Amino acid sequence: MQRTILDLWVGIFVVAGLAAILFLALKVGNMAGFENGQTYSLKAGFDNIGGLKPRAPIKSAGVVVGRVGEIGFDNQSYEATVTLNLDSRYQFPKDTSAAIMTSGLLGEQYISLEAGGDEKKLGNGDRLKITQGAVVLENLIGQFLYNKADEGKSKDKAGSL
Amino acid sequence: MIASIRSVLQKIGHRVIDSVWRMGFAGRFFLLTLMHSGTCFRRFHLILREVFSAGVLSLIIILVSGLFVGMVLGLQGFETLQTYGSEEALGILVAKSLVMELGPVVAALLFASRAGSAITAEIGLMKATEQIAAMEMMAVDPIARVVAPRFWGAVISMPLLAALFSAMGIFGGYLVGVVLIGVDNGSFWSQMQAAVSFDRDILNGVIKSVVFGVAVTTIALFEGFDAPPTAEGVSRATTRTVVTSSLAILGLDFILTAFMFRGV
Amino acid sequence: MVLKGVNLTARRGQVIAIMGNSGCGKTTLLRLIGGALKPTTGTLMVDGVNIGELDQDALYDMRRRMGMLFQFGALFTDMTVYENVAFQLREHTDLPEPMIRDLVLMKLHAVGLRGAHNLMPSELSGGMARRVALARSIALDPMLIMYDEPFAGLDPISLGVTGNLIRRLTDALGMTSIVVTHDVQESLKIVDYVYFVSEGVIEAHGTAAEIKASDLPFVHQFVHGEEDGPVPFHYPAQSYGTDLGLSA
Repeated sequence: MQRTILDLWVGIFVVAGLAAILFLALKVGNMAGFENGQTYSLKAGFDNIGGLKPRAPIKSAGVVVGRVGEIGFDNQSYEATVTLNLDSRYQFPKDTSAAIMTSGLLGEQYISLEAGGDEKKLGNGDRLKITQGAVVLENLIGQFLYNKADEGKSKDKAGSL
Repeated sequence: MIASIRSVLQKIGHRVIDSVWRMGFAGRFFLLTLMHSGTCFRRFHLILREVFSAGVLSLIIILVSGLFVGMVLGLQGFETLQTYGSEEALGILVAKSLVMELGPVVAALLFASRAGSAITAEIGLMKATEQIAAMEMMAVDPIARVVAPRFWGAVISMPLLAALFSAMGIFGGYLVGVVLIGVDNGSFWSQMQAAVSFDRDILNGVIKSVVFGVAVTTIALFEGFDAPPTAEGVSRATTRTVVTSSLAILGLDFILTAFMFRGV
Repeated sequence: MVLKGVNLTARRGQVIAIMGNSGCGKTTLLRLIGGALKPTTGTLMVDGVNIGELDQDALYDMRRRMGMLFQFGALFTDMTVYENVAFQLREHTDLPEPMIRDLVLMKLHAVGLRGAHNLMPSELSGGMARRVALARSIALDPMLIMYDEPFAGLDPISLGVTGNLIRRLTDALGMTSIVVTHDVQESLKIVDYVYFVSEGVIEAHGTAAEIKASDLPFVHQFVHGEEDGPVPFHYPAQSYGTDLGLSA
């Protein structure tokens, strides 16, 4: 085999292979912008995080603005402490609230940020004051049944009067 | 009675000692290969030649198998997902299974039987026809001149082949799912992109294929170098390369997957 | 233990032959000289250096000054004739390509195969492969060349060509040639001195003329190819009659 032809084929092979990796990275995977960009982190305490996992998206107005970092447990307040890594391009006011939501009925859980009206912006290491934990399906059903039972009782009372 | 138990135990002991000895020998061989890699990086065309014979010559089988595996995944996945009314998730199913598992594993299995066996046979024959001995007599270290370039050529080729396999498979899944069956084009790609992450899925797939490449190539080179210099010895070594490296790929795949899921 | 007591000397410009029947330790001797094996006792001096005591680097330095012709040539099957001869030049020197080309063509010309430089080893006949291997082993102008059965499996013409080449190259390059063979007639034509090895010891030695005239039973049997003699036709066994159950 001639050296030049061999070189040509190896060149084609390597370029095709790298193109395949690039295709997987850009077209198949979501290596979208900020993953390697500048981030700052916030902390937030939740009474219940449900099924939230590290690297879950953080969305504001439906736009992905960051990813969940570490999840820990606070021994003093008995709450879950979640680190939020946000893209530095996005700034939020001091009184922003965080809530754990579910995409679809049984989908992945994510953190939703609702901006407040404060003039001052949140900086690195700040703590979010207003949080709302995950809605646990079992609690919801339990509450629903309890309310139904309550309704029945008050109806009974009304009848006896 | 006692004598027969004794002989069975002896046989087991002998096999264990033998295989441990061989593993130690292979490990030493692997380290020697790494230590003597300097020469072939200074003369890079030696590695390019081996990228050609390990990588380029495996292209056809990798691309064709990738396409068919992807098409089968598309067909089977559609059948299953249809019963849950979520055909749009076909993209996720095809991409995730290819990028994390099937791409690296099947590409490595094909690589072991296509390139691995060729490496073993070539080195075994070089030994049988005294080419290795001749090289040593010419004051050229065969580990540096014959083994190391083949090692690096194959290790470079493996992740590229695995990526090509995955990309071809996703294209096959797209052909069957979107073009043939008619799953929505937009949701096929967008759901896939939402569910497959670069550093968790794709990078882990690449890491897997590099590890498989190192394992298959080391086994193939060692078996070739260790083969008795006879026709029968070389043919047995070639068979052993395919069997051992297939088992190594599947075993390593389990270990790596377990570590990667724990790390998330 | 294959060799028990062997004492031989080879001088510069000489072709010496080591003869003996198959399996008597001739190839072992070559492997000892090349440093592939280390002697358990005794010393082996090449150009004043004890081969058995060299470390890997020094041994490789020494091997650059030695050549070896393997039984069937041992050409690299994945390279052309040209690349085979250029192999050592590329590995051990930084010569520019035009100079390598000149050297390779000169070596190939010396063995009469300059026109075959573009062929692959699989396209060569046995005799041509042997000559290419010879050109490859003299690429670095060594001081010593060893030949492992250079005459095995050659037709009479190639046999004569190879024999004459060994003699001519030895004289032209002023090197030492050690030929291991059992082809008596061909080697006696070209060698200066002959050693006969049998069962690990030197049985006889002398110049070609002395050997031809020798009346030692072993040498006589070997040179004339007699069936029975000191080397028996029959493998040692109990008596024929006992084996067939004839004796009472």
